[in-house]
Amino acid sequence: MKPGYITGHLDTPSGAIPLVSTTWRVKDIIDTIKVRWSVGRMNYRVQPGLYAVGSPRDSSPVFVTANFKLTFDHVRRALGGIDGWLLVLDTRGINVWCAAGKGTFSTSELARQIGLASLEKVVSHRKVIVPQLGAVGVSAHEVKQQTGFAVIYGPVLAADIPAFIDAGYKATRDMRKVKFPFSERMKLVPVELANPGYYLLLVPALFLLLSGLNRHGYSIDLALSGGLRSLINLLVAYVAGCAVTPALLPWIPFRRFALKGLAVGWCAAVLLSLFHLLGSNPLEAVSWFLIMGGLSSFTAMTFTGTSTFTSLSGVQKEMKTALPVQIGMAAAGILFWLFSKFIIL
Amino acid sequence: MNGLIYLSNVVTLDLDPEKCTGCRMCTIVCPHEVFVVENRKARIVQKDRCMECGACEKNCPDQAISVRSGVGCASGIINGLLRGTEPTCDCGSSGCC
Repeated sequence: MKPGYITGHLDTPSGAIPLVSTTWRVKDIIDTIKVRWSVGRMNYRVQPGLYAVGSPRDSSPVFVTANFKLTFDHVRRALGGIDGWLLVLDTRGINVWCAAGKGTFSTSELARQIGLASLEKVVSHRKVIVPQLGAVGVSAHEVKQQTGFAVIYGPVLAADIPAFIDAGYKATRDMRKVKFPFSERMKLVPVELANPGYYLLLVPALFLLLSGLNRHGYSIDLALSGGLRSLINLLVAYVAGCAVTPALLPWIPFRRFALKGLAVGWCAAVLLSLFHLLGSNPLEAVSWFLIMGGLSSFTAMTFTGTSTFTSLSGVQKEMKTALPVQIGMAAAGILFWLFSKFIIL
Repeated sequence: MNGLIYLSNVVTLDLDPEKCTGCRMCTIVCPHEVFVVENRKARIVQKDRCMECGACEKNCPDQAISVRSGVGCASGIINGLLRGTEPTCDCGSSGCC
């Protein structure tokens, strides 16, 4: 079946090229929301190859992008009112920056797609516009050597393409900078929350089950009341690390993500203690500080991979101390929590 | 946003001014304005902002830049540790980020 974004075909010296719409349909919006929540994210792709936008001629610009449908949609929407060509590389459904890091958005893949599309027959010029973040995988001088096409690096964001064209195919300093504003961070939070998949059910289920243990054996009532409290505490710590820390990222002191997460996790634990959710037993309260701190710190640390400014060397340095501490805190916390069911202080 | 800066003095970025011909490619591809070019020579001005993405090294026609590039991602590093490979965000056949 023909995808909804293809509205027709354009005859060129290298055959019929699919013409794409520059507007989003309801399905595109719904699918975008789903993918932001990680639903079907790994298989949200478009067919790689050459596409036409508007009424392009042989002098029209060629924009290169990845075959992640979310990326493709943003690029075609940005090209509204522009006549051009869109060359989609096969990045296995991954966005430009990550694919460039993995080596699928690469010099060789760009050269391959230029060849497959017989681009030299479609356009009279010898230039392709590559998104700046693609530079992680693409080497401009090697592309020129291999294909004869010169790479012009475009803006970081597809939305800046019209301004980039107006500026005479020059990305301004502002267009070249990667920022990471609140709105972008919040768009990534749902994926953070949904990422662990079935562990999100498994771990709370274990706590619920074990909550019923006490000195006299097992109590279903206790499993329900104490279990509910456990679930709230775990959920709060998880949200503290996965959502609150990313949201407040620049304003939380400390540069290490693990410390940022620990701080937020402990603040959340203090709040919960005000509502008596950490239990009346001091040993249990301590156990929750350890579990919540460890969990929030770890999940905040995984946000390094989502963020746009952490280096491999930095994250390795941070993890060397943070990971053992987080594991130790969680393990000690769980032990204390179990002890607290049998010991009255 | 200036608040978003990571650890100091950790990155492996290095520039050999001898080899640099001042083509400005590094200033074009760097997402964090780590380089400036003055008097036809590039200079590292904000080293701590470098995220080791490797775009500058890859696009330097003079091979004047070296950096150990990779993913600044805790999950990727754990993946690498578990599988005994380099840090990678590939969590399966199709990858995750």
